[in-house]
Amino acid sequence: MKYVDEFRDPKLIERAADEIKRLANPSRQYRIMEVCGGHTHSIYRFGLQDLLPENMELIHGPGCPVCVLPMGRVDDGLKLAQDPGVILTAFGDMMRVPGQMGTPLEMKARGADIRMVYSPLDALKLAEKNPERQVIFFAIGFETTAPSTALTLMRAKKMGIENFTVFCNHVTIVPAMRAILDSPDMRLDGFIGPGHVSTVIGCRPYEFVAKEFGKPVVTSGFEPLDLLQSMVMLLRQMNEGRAEVENQYERVVPWEGNRAALAAMAQVFELRPYFEWRGLGFISQSALKLRPEYAQWDTEARFTVEGVRVTDPKAAQCGEVLKGVLKPQQCKLFGKECTPERPVGALMVSSEGACAAYYNYVHRAEAVSGD
Amino acid sequence: MTKPSIVRFKDAQIELAHGAGGKASRRLVEGLIAPILGNPSLDDAAQLNLNGSSLAFTADSFVVKPLRFPGGSIGELAVNGTVNDLAVSGAKPIALLSTLILEAGLSAQVLQEELEAIQQAAQIAGVQVVGGDTKVVEHGKADGLYISTSGIGLVDSRVNLAASSVRPGDQVLLSGAIGDHGITILLARGELDLEADLKSDTRSVWPFVEALIGMAAPGLRWMRDPTRGGVATSLNELARDARLAIKLYEDQIPIRDEVRGACEILGLDPLHIANEGQFIAIIAPEYAETALEALRAVSGGAEARLVGEVGESPAGVVYSQTGYGSSRIVDMLVGDPLPRIC
Repeated sequence: MKYVDEFRDPKLIERAADEIKRLANPSRQYRIMEVCGGHTHSIYRFGLQDLLPENMELIHGPGCPVCVLPMGRVDDGLKLAQDPGVILTAFGDMMRVPGQMGTPLEMKARGADIRMVYSPLDALKLAEKNPERQVIFFAIGFETTAPSTALTLMRAKKMGIENFTVFCNHVTIVPAMRAILDSPDMRLDGFIGPGHVSTVIGCRPYEFVAKEFGKPVVTSGFEPLDLLQSMVMLLRQMNEGRAEVENQYERVVPWEGNRAALAAMAQVFELRPYFEWRGLGFISQSALKLRPEYAQWDTEARFTVEGVRVTDPKAAQCGEVLKGVLKPQQCKLFGKECTPERPVGALMVSSEGACAAYYNYVHRAEAVSGD
Repeated sequence: MTKPSIVRFKDAQIELAHGAGGKASRRLVEGLIAPILGNPSLDDAAQLNLNGSSLAFTADSFVVKPLRFPGGSIGELAVNGTVNDLAVSGAKPIALLSTLILEAGLSAQVLQEELEAIQQAAQIAGVQVVGGDTKVVEHGKADGLYISTSGIGLVDSRVNLAASSVRPGDQVLLSGAIGDHGITILLARGELDLEADLKSDTRSVWPFVEALIGMAAPGLRWMRDPTRGGVATSLNELARDARLAIKLYEDQIPIRDEVRGACEILGLDPLHIANEGQFIAIIAPEYAETALEALRAVSGGAEARLVGEVGESPAGVVYSQTGYGSSRIVDMLVGDPLPRIC
């Protein structure tokens, strides 16, 4: 398959893996965080850890939208869906995320009208087709998905569709990276920078990582060869004592980002003063809400959203895993109470979550007994 | 020891995932249906021994949406699905019963077309539709048409298929490209702005099984048609039942670019996508090449491949090896990415 097979070429992959082994200094440890959940998924799906030297450890970052969404927001959304006049729409990833009331799928089986969509535009189309119902789009995601939500809202406004609103849970990646760097238990040596997010925001926003914290960042693509090349670039920087932002994913990521997408976001969204991140707590200016001009399409302005706060199940250690302090399998619930089929924490839900990725692709003993 | 673990059904209600063929389906069947019906060895097809000959007996139901799709329709699926359950039990399909559940308001034209599809598929598969039943439910209760078929077949005395006869070193034979049916249905629903030149693979696999039995019966250990839940789910069931490991060679698995592309875009694994005209056979190593040649010699069998090998450990696990020396676990399907695929 064109544009994919080239980046999975066994010979080139072997060469990149050899180069990593050559560059890695055996007398030290490398702890590299891949920020983005898409990278986490690729790393497990392609078994890349098998190709790395033992002293190179990949820490899975917070870039999985479902994983950082606090449980209370899920319950807020599910409460809205209990109204028979409402059609709640969400990306497939959201459907199995448990709140206290259950998952959206369970609510759906009990009769709530909750539908999976692949794009917010599909939700808008549903609103057009069902003028007597209120269609709510449960928006999640980083700067990757925020522009499509923004464009959908612009279209809704232009078309004057009144029965469509967005329950906005969009977050931004840079404050989360800063929170991790500020954390006292931070022991990272460098970052594999987000790929899809960077197609929108570009590479410049990561410069503080290099300048203030002295850690290298390499923005990376998602294919095996992309990720390995990014690791080569990180190792070269470390060996040469450099800390810079570099762009491995040049074929897709422009240094300055996507101006049109950024403009759409700026027109529709503004920063919330603070927002709760699952596992990381409240982070100031880390999430988006709709501007007052879009209040008519803002679920939080049009409906009563209770703002439920739910503490994570005590035994679950999602926060520690999310910050890279614990590995997925070190959590007490991993593979026992918490599995991809019956997830307790969100990291086990999304295929981009570190726990689900680890469970699905690496974890071996559990599969014998199945459930 | 019969089963490595006792499965309990603790779910409070039925969800679509219970019909998806993956983990939840297994829990429902092994944790609720089989214990209550009092038969621990419920299977897709049962074997009944009568006066010295062995009969395979099976039933399947079809709720696919939409009713027609590129490459087939619900009527054709209803025949081939049941025929294939018999075939992979090593049984030559003989006769079918067909039950139609019709929704008031269904166009007579559509019904006629589906009856013709049933008749035609039965003719091609060499089975007779010998009876059935028809019920009508209120408008809004059945999405047009549901079909349930049951089938009976004569088990070939030369084969003895069982997970327990699978041994380390056995080869995994796959009859052709995977994922065509599931992706075709997904695209046929028109909910995604994706198009591809793809059609369902629905067909009777009996001619292939017959050829395999003819050439390699003593080496034939186990067969399954990987419908809902895909190849990954079928092989996980085998790995678990046989308490052995199954290694797949990722670069040997035949997958069309259209299927790969759709899966890349949608974040699906082709190994989890449903097939309606393929089967997996586990073959003793000394018969593997003969078996492969036998399949390839049948019209429509050119894409058959040896795609993996049975090993001792890690027991109960299916894993896939990439062309560049890394490996990953291939788990059963969890949840339901594509409801009502057949």
